[in-house]
Amino acid sequence: MKTKLITLALLALTGTVLAAPQTFDFKDPKGINNAGFKLDAPLESINGTASGVSGTVTFDPENPGATTGKIVVATSSLMVPNSMQREHMLGTQWLDAAKFPEITFEAKEFKNIKTEGDTTTADVTGTFTLKGISKELTVPVKLTYMKDKLADRMPGQKGDLLVIRAGFSIKRTDFNVNPGQSEDKVSNTIELTLSIAGASPK
Amino acid sequence: MLAAGSIIFWAAAGANRGWTKTSVPRKMVDEVTGIEGVSYEKHFVPGVDFLGAALLGAGVLTGASFFFRTKPK
Repeated sequence: MKTKLITLALLALTGTVLAAPQTFDFKDPKGINNAGFKLDAPLESINGTASGVSGTVTFDPENPGATTGKIVVATSSLMVPNSMQREHMLGTQWLDAAKFPEITFEAKEFKNIKTEGDTTTADVTGTFTLKGISKELTVPVKLTYMKDKLADRMPGQKGDLLVIRAGFSIKRTDFNVNPGQSEDKVSNTIELTLSIAGASPK
Repeated sequence: MLAAGSIIFWAAAGANRGWTKTSVPRKMVDEVTGIEGVSYEKHFVPGVDFLGAALLGAGVLTGASFFFRTKPK
């Protein structure tokens, strides 16, 4: 009887450990993680990317709806193909990168969760902060859990990967990004995309 | 000369009808995750702003040349 109880307790403990949420680190040593942005403009749209992505996400493959975390983008890592445009973009009138060095999204609640195999889609409500202004946004996301795939990406390391993809738009007037100015030259709507992979070493 | 040279340079560099670029994005794909990243390489690609400024400069120089023309003796 005693042996059976111990066995049951061990099984329960193993199950708890296996189902435990994992923390994924999104600082990418390969430098591929990126946030993209696009603004319509008369001559051609302004397309750019930011590669300074970091942050952590806690994800439970058994319960994707309980995912929490915060993704941080370094404002100074925003890049566009024209150096003068970039200088203006990071300047005080637009993003003021020196005063507001981070753009963040902190996930709070997952809704409309659909899981098929290792892929989960959901609408995430969280706090988006840009230029010191925080607003609650709901963003559609796609999470792909890649068990034991860290070694394929980072040879010598064992662990899992979590890929997050998201796309949404914001209004620059909502975040005090040169509000009401140059709207004939640069649209008020900014389309954002996020394509990032996080690692959870074992 | 300046106008012709600018047009030839602009056309030879790809006849970019957008803004001038000082770096160009290069796509890279992570084979494991399928994530598409972008890296930038320094490369000058003249745009219509460059062409416009060069043509304007050529026009100004042509106009100015009339004032400094050496009079035939």
